[in-house]
Amino acid sequence: MSKNVIVIGGGIAGMESSAYLAAMGYNVTILEKEGKLGGHLLKWERLFPTKRHGKEVLEFLSQGISEHVSIIYHADIENIERKDQVFNVHLSKGTSLKADAVLIATGYETFDARKKEEYGYGIYDNVITSPDLEEIFLSGKGIRTASGKVPQRIGLVHCVGSRDEKAGNIYCSKVCCVTGVKQAIEIKEKLSQTEVYCFYMDMRMYGFHFEELYKEAQEKWGVYFIRGRLSESCENADGTIVVKVEDTLAGKPLKMTVDLLVLLVGFVPSEGTRKIGELLGLSFNSNRFIKSADEHTMSNVSSEPGIFMAGTCTSPRTIANTIMDARSAAATVASYLEGYNIEKRTIHRNLK
Amino acid sequence: MNFDPFVIPFLTGLSFLCAVLIFKYAKWFIKLSREHKFKLLKWIFSHKIILALKEIFLESLLHRKIFRRNFVLGYMHASIALGWLLLIIAGNLETKLHSSKFFNMPYDPVFLKFFVHERSGIPIAAFYTFVMDFLLLIILIGIGLAVFKRFRSMLFGLKRTTRLKSFDKIARYSIWLIFPLRFLAESFTSGQYNTGGFLTGTAGHFFAAVLPVDYLSYPVWWGYSIMLCMFFIALPFSRYMHIPTEVALIMLRNFGIKTNKIYDGITEFEVNSCPRCGICIDVCQLNEVQASDIQAVYFIQSSRENKKDERKAFNCLLCGRCENVCPVGIEVNAIRITKRKQLVFDNKNAFNFLTNGSTEKADVIYYAGCMTHLTPAVKSSMCRILDEANVNYLFLDKDGSVCCGRPLLMAGKIEAALSLVEKNKKKILESGAKTLVTSCPICYKIFREEYKLPIEALHHSQYILRLVREKKITLSNSQQCVVYHDPCELGRGCGIYDEPREILSRTSQLVPMKNEKNNSWCCGGSLGDFKLSAEQKSEITRDVLMEFMAYSPEIIATACPLCKKTFAKYGNAKIQDIAEIVLASILKEKVTEKKVEVLQ
Repeated sequence: MSKNVIVIGGGIAGMESSAYLAAMGYNVTILEKEGKLGGHLLKWERLFPTKRHGKEVLEFLSQGISEHVSIIYHADIENIERKDQVFNVHLSKGTSLKADAVLIATGYETFDARKKEEYGYGIYDNVITSPDLEEIFLSGKGIRTASGKVPQRIGLVHCVGSRDEKAGNIYCSKVCCVTGVKQAIEIKEKLSQTEVYCFYMDMRMYGFHFEELYKEAQEKWGVYFIRGRLSESCENADGTIVVKVEDTLAGKPLKMTVDLLVLLVGFVPSEGTRKIGELLGLSFNSNRFIKSADEHTMSNVSSEPGIFMAGTCTSPRTIANTIMDARSAAATVASYLEGYNIEKRTIHRNLK
Repeated sequence: MNFDPFVIPFLTGLSFLCAVLIFKYAKWFIKLSREHKFKLLKWIFSHKIILALKEIFLESLLHRKIFRRNFVLGYMHASIALGWLLLIIAGNLETKLHSSKFFNMPYDPVFLKFFVHERSGIPIAAFYTFVMDFLLLIILIGIGLAVFKRFRSMLFGLKRTTRLKSFDKIARYSIWLIFPLRFLAESFTSGQYNTGGFLTGTAGHFFAAVLPVDYLSYPVWWGYSIMLCMFFIALPFSRYMHIPTEVALIMLRNFGIKTNKIYDGITEFEVNSCPRCGICIDVCQLNEVQASDIQAVYFIQSSRENKKDERKAFNCLLCGRCENVCPVGIEVNAIRITKRKQLVFDNKNAFNFLTNGSTEKADVIYYAGCMTHLTPAVKSSMCRILDEANVNYLFLDKDGSVCCGRPLLMAGKIEAALSLVEKNKKKILESGAKTLVTSCPICYKIFREEYKLPIEALHHSQYILRLVREKKITLSNSQQCVVYHDPCELGRGCGIYDEPREILSRTSQLVPMKNEKNNSWCCGGSLGDFKLSAEQKSEITRDVLMEFMAYSPEIIATACPLCKKTFAKYGNAKIQDIAEIVLASILKEKVTEKKVEVLQ
């Protein structure tokens, strides 16, 4: 009889690891809180750095979900018990599932920009977030201000809720810089007459082809990049937004009026990640993501045997990295279930 | 004249103490500012001296504030202080009655029992014997409690006690021994001559039966005198310096003299009035997160030693929780700021580059403050409220402005701060307004204390309440469960506790909390601390939030943009400023009114 694996979360990581685990012959059940698989991928129209459509990746991931993978939608986990080697997952509907291993793929959510009140999200109508802009792209509607006008000038603010101790998040979310560049280009593609300004701390173009995209934004599309962190924004009577920022390259304070301000929000651990981690008694790292047994060598291994992680529940990742991490997680789970115990190898930490 | 060589240690100690006290007080008096000296001369022969004496009796002797805090701790202090004083007075009266002379040597009452055994010459001798024994018993119980406190401080309401210096310890051990030795000496002598009251007489009788009291009494009198000498010599260099100095401080304070921006003579009186009782230690929120050597008592100790300890000066939230519980009423925040001033570069020309624009005319000025600009929901709510009330107002710092100066003042950059005060004051007065309203308690505090404005300055909670009372705005009660966090600068800083509560009880269900009003916590976002890491600050914030959440509030209300911002970072509950809650309440009332109109 083949062994059962429960995958919590049906986003990119959950889908791809399920596909590999099913291919290895395990009975896989995905517990998805929504009514659809795909997670955040459903909310992004096009992806950096290639500008390919999100749904193309989703289609690819869906092909991996064969009849060997069962899916429970609208799943709400009430409790997870462990008896010897077997996990018993109780859902709020009253159903219970048995599993030999649990893979957490509960992912991230975007930083609540209202916590950065000085930027005015939720207070001023013309301040939106990067996911809001993506929703506009997906809907096919044009980019308009709250009063329905075509914006003449749009500002994009980098690092909102990332690398910001005052917001409680000291880490870099890894994807927002390049998302900002991608969205700036997309704005220019749709509204070529609109001026686009990016306010950044520094541009982290670490990924393959990221630098090219950054160059394209400047040379081909004329996007302005201003090095300086936004201090605050306020609203004019006509609904336009005044941003206050220090241009640290020019060494001058700058005040600029924009018609629309887009906040590039970072990653925080999702509510599900927090809840499942606490339910299973896992350790969290200093940034409140689930702690891996070792950051270099055992990113999928948790502090408890039989419980593994995939994707952004352990740290912010790009889609490409999430897919790789999901496959790695599948291999780690298989090693555990087959008794190879490769995941049990130890690595010494020199405390000095 | 009575004399015996054993009075010499006592006399030496007492003379030394008096000399040191005269020297120190003279030095500090000279260091008083001109203004303070003038005040002292002006008020010392006025009714204020009576008020001062009353306060001295209540606080230095009766220890009323300590009684309120913990009965046993209060009893311990009162029995020793008041008991000792009464013992001195009664002893002196007894001596004078005995010798029927007005003048007596200072040691006469102290050692009276040694010199005088034939008491038939003293009128109502039995009464005096009883009183003296009774007072001695009271003091001995107090000393017993003090020794007990050393080992079981929790029973006195103190989780932590002060770590003492060596002079403190010498003085402490000598004070512990003085009265037991007096008791033994008097008892032994009573045993010898079959005299004494209910305490010394009874004990003397017992001792005479079991001990060779004839041989023992003389050395014990010596011991008693030596202990007094040790105590007197250690006193000026120990925490017991507070005993005489607090009396002086209470007088000076009653004449309106207090530390103001400069570390001078009055500050010396203040720091030397600290008894190192340690009541301020437990209330400090830094105990848990970082440091246990920067609390008010340790900061004052280092100031007393003329140290410039940068960490002790700057590692403090300036929340005022220690000041609030200090039984001596030492203004630790003001002193810490003067210490900071000694350590920073304070440049009064730092803001000369700022230019003055012109100011429009208005009835009311609204000054949001920098922090309120970082919480735009507060300022936009406030503007809407002012519009709804049809107030003719000018938003003074709408497009950015000059800082109020308080953050600089807290950093010890007093001259720089005052230069900003001047710039803002000019702008405020140019408008011709009669009222200045601010949303920020930090600004409000400096407006009140340093601006010396001829017009009224109000925090928005006060102004909103006025608008409600004048029926310019009408509120509707949402019945939402709300807890109110007192901002340090508004509450302990300016004494505004009731106005925000009255507003909130009109808009919501206000739930009282255990630690509120003058006992409220600091949110952790204070501008006062320069040493805490972001993580340490957030630890404070999370602890406070956890306590709030125990009341399951729907809204955590506050009246300070900085508190709001600090809590919003970690809170899952809704954190709102009073202005936001009031605006929602006004709008709700309008909707209800409309519905009523439609129905009619």
